[in-house]
Amino acid sequence: MKIHEYQGKDIFKSYGIPIQDGYVIENIDDAPATIEKVQKEFNTEAVVVKAQIHAGGRGKGGGVKYSPTTAQALENAQNMLGMNLVTHQTGTDGQKVRKLYITQALDIKKEYYCAITLDRSQTKDVFMVSSEGGVEIEKVAEETPEKIIKVWIDPLVGMKSFQARKLAFGLGLTGDAFKMAVKVFMKMYACYVGTDASIVEINPLVLTEDDQIVALDAKFNFDGNAMYRHKDIAELRDVHEEDPTELEASKYDLNYIKLDGNVGCMVNGAGLAMATMDIIKLAGGEPANFLDVGGAASAETVKNGFKIILSDEHVKAILINIFGGIVRCDRVANGVIQAVKELGLKVPVVVRLEGTNAEEAKSILSESGLAIIPANDMKDAAQKVVDAAVNS
Amino acid sequence: MSILVNKDSRVIVQGITGSEGTFHATQMLEYGTNVVGGVTPGKGGQMALDGQVPVFNSVEEAKAATDANVSIIFVPPPFAAEAIIEASDAGVELVVCITEGVPVHDMVKAKRIIDQNGTRLIGPNCPGIITVDECKLGIMPGFICQKGNIGVLSKSGTLTYEAIGQLVNVGLGQTTAIGIGGDPIIGTTMIDALKLFEADPETEGVVLIGEIGGQMENEAARWIKDNMSKPVVGFIAGQTAPPGRRMGHAGAIVSGGDDTAEAKMRIMTECGIAVCESVADIGEKMKAALQ
Repeated sequence: MKIHEYQGKDIFKSYGIPIQDGYVIENIDDAPATIEKVQKEFNTEAVVVKAQIHAGGRGKGGGVKYSPTTAQALENAQNMLGMNLVTHQTGTDGQKVRKLYITQALDIKKEYYCAITLDRSQTKDVFMVSSEGGVEIEKVAEETPEKIIKVWIDPLVGMKSFQARKLAFGLGLTGDAFKMAVKVFMKMYACYVGTDASIVEINPLVLTEDDQIVALDAKFNFDGNAMYRHKDIAELRDVHEEDPTELEASKYDLNYIKLDGNVGCMVNGAGLAMATMDIIKLAGGEPANFLDVGGAASAETVKNGFKIILSDEHVKAILINIFGGIVRCDRVANGVIQAVKELGLKVPVVVRLEGTNAEEAKSILSESGLAIIPANDMKDAAQKVVDAAVNS
Repeated sequence: MSILVNKDSRVIVQGITGSEGTFHATQMLEYGTNVVGGVTPGKGGQMALDGQVPVFNSVEEAKAATDANVSIIFVPPPFAAEAIIEASDAGVELVVCITEGVPVHDMVKAKRIIDQNGTRLIGPNCPGIITVDECKLGIMPGFICQKGNIGVLSKSGTLTYEAIGQLVNVGLGQTTAIGIGGDPIIGTTMIDALKLFEADPETEGVVLIGEIGGQMENEAARWIKDNMSKPVVGFIAGQTAPPGRRMGHAGAIVSGGDDTAEAKMRIMTECGIAVCESVADIGEKMKAALQ
């Protein structure tokens, strides 16, 4: 689960991490008063107007504007609020800007990168910093990996001061700024653990002209499986930032991701669902979605899955591929029949059922009299559904 | 022979009185698994599964009374990591955690403890392990398996069943099939399981099924190149998956660039693995690899 920058900074604040502070507006009428408030409270004429969307790359896309005067701040706010911001992470449609964060402007001496996340191969959390902040850090990792300093944290002991010192020394910090950075790194780890984050990233963390260490940005990703113990964070979810169909699917406990093709598919298990998409492609088609109905596919789940797939008007044919373990194929077959009766057979449906009660399921489908296309195995199913999509 | 579990495995079920635990423990008993006890705190002294299996308050008690060496976990996600630690602390040799949705921060700690204690963990979020006709520890449909000489190793549940189905269709049975799970932190890695299959005299070939994300398949491929004498057939799911909608850059820096299906398939091929482009070719490819 992701949150906005201003929400992330609120969390940082609660952990005592210094931030570039400001206020959020959702209505342009509030802009003049909010700009004035920021100017007064932080004793600055210049402010920064920042679009609040979940995707990264906002600066390059024109979603972060330094505004030296009140007039420019107002103009930037007017242009930005409501715009469709396109970044390399939003896709070509972009993301509508519904909130602006108006912050103080700081005099920056140096920018750094820092982040904590899980290193799967070490099965430990890794804390990374780099003196090459504010730029494309992937490039740094690839071209000059020695410029990224890493420490791995023992989960039973937690982060230790010597590790934070290693990071701060590595950035070349000295004096008060060094001491401050060590404190910030320790607090950042406490924040990562305390919020069940899967990523905490600050890019950039800056050294100001008056030698303060300040977080200019805040990126969080949280472990959805742990949100039951963080009700306050779960409430920060912004449904406007999510695909409406995917949101609808999540209400039915369906794991759905919309894609660009025209062959819909409904599968049990994420691995088999991906393999089904792959074989549709190999058969010459393009998958319209990923849909994992999970381990408890019932008649109801199948019906909801059908609705979700059919809500995408590009879908020309549907493949249902179930390998029943706990899932009983006869129940799935009944679900298919029920769904087709209620929703109509708008596009051809190919069904491949294997595993628990597969034989019963096949006779249920053939005796139903509905024009459902049976398939024997995955190759057969993929070919049939792609042919059906071409011909419909 | 087989790997990790067989007819002599003495199994306890943590969470035996819950609905999942009861359902699957019953199925495991029917398959012939030697289920000797169950654990539900507060229900010690009762009998579960229609009076067939005694229930204990803790793994420690269950182990003392039944001499169990294997535990399978069906407890809800908030308590699963602790259940793993409890089993490890009690000295159980092999722990299988079926539970889906265990918080990663909990698993990082649990992993550190089982490594320290020398406990072998399979999962979490996995279908479990089955040694054909001897011991089923998990939620897979046992009836699709057939005894034979192929080991199956997979991150995914239903894709494991698909592979088993195809193997049976070309006349190849299995020794043991193991689903290691696809969570960020898991107990048994692909290399761990490959070592066991390589050492098992009955296993003549291995099907290795991976997915996009992480580096485990690549590490396994390199290990196979240097150490494996038996043929390996590989498949990677997710060739058409859209590039991850990543937040921030930290994940990319840690994982490097080789976590796509394309990259993994290339590395596996370079390491001498017979890689299937299509999932439908797993059975035939294994048959060909054995000849």
